[in-house]
Amino acid sequence: MLRTMSEHMTDGDLVRRAKAGELAAFETLAGRYERHVYSLARRIVRQEQDAEDVTQQTFLSALEHLDGFREEASFSTWLLRIATHAALKVLRKREGLPTVSLEANTEPQDGYDTVPHPEYIADWKESPEQLVGRNETARLIDEALNELDDKHRVVFLLRDVQGLSVKETADALGLTEANVKVRLLRARLQLRERLTQEFGDPARRFEPHRHEQAT
Amino acid sequence: MKCEELLAMLNEYVDGGVDPGVCEQFEKHLAGCNPCQVVVDNIRKTITLYKEGQPYELPVQFRERLHSALRMRWKEIHFSSKETE
Repeated sequence: MLRTMSEHMTDGDLVRRAKAGELAAFETLAGRYERHVYSLARRIVRQEQDAEDVTQQTFLSALEHLDGFREEASFSTWLLRIATHAALKVLRKREGLPTVSLEANTEPQDGYDTVPHPEYIADWKESPEQLVGRNETARLIDEALNELDDKHRVVFLLRDVQGLSVKETADALGLTEANVKVRLLRARLQLRERLTQEFGDPARRFEPHRHEQAT
Repeated sequence: MKCEELLAMLNEYVDGGVDPGVCEQFEKHLAGCNPCQVVVDNIRKTITLYKEGQPYELPVQFRERLHSALRMRWKEIHFSSKETE
């Protein structure tokens, strides 16, 4: 009941009311963004229980630090930043060893020279707009995402799904921008490969060519 | 420009970050290379699909737990601050 009361208000109005001590305003904000926070957490940590923990931590932290939120960024940006940090913390804890850490950028495969070539090249049968609403699509894109290594998946999520800039992604992960770029390219290519196998039209398939076309 | 060079610059091209001279070379290559054209198009569609994808629903029980935890913490904070006033 309390939630419907403030549903027409902007995030800014709700933030101000919540800061003034109105619980209903904060609950409305939580209701507005809980699915986004939970989805981001789920896609980073890939595990339901951990995603729930991250979501709860995120909103508790937002509640506790609301007075410190200066409203320079939007509430959702601020919130998703908290969620990202909480989710990355879980990943790092899980990984344990620094050799497989997200920051490690010494792996030789991090260069452009070893970026895999596209193999299955075909026009898609349907547009993203046609595909996006289906449960089957949701399942397939999650499967493809889960096949990425943590370090590639996280870069893709922050940059392409959350819409952070290359620099913001680099800062959030403690990486160089060059590293972010090459990881993003690998992530995009791997997802493209996988999704094109699913959504590509075999009748409109092109052979990959490796000849040095100098046009 | 060769296909390999195009691949290395794919991100910048898709994100609109290449300078005009390079962009021109890139597009010249694309105009004469169907596989590269399709790869660029596939990448754009892949990104769109993830961007537009529907968020997960919260498990119902978790949602209840979350909101009750928030209410409890809210009361703790606002209660204790009143006491110290």
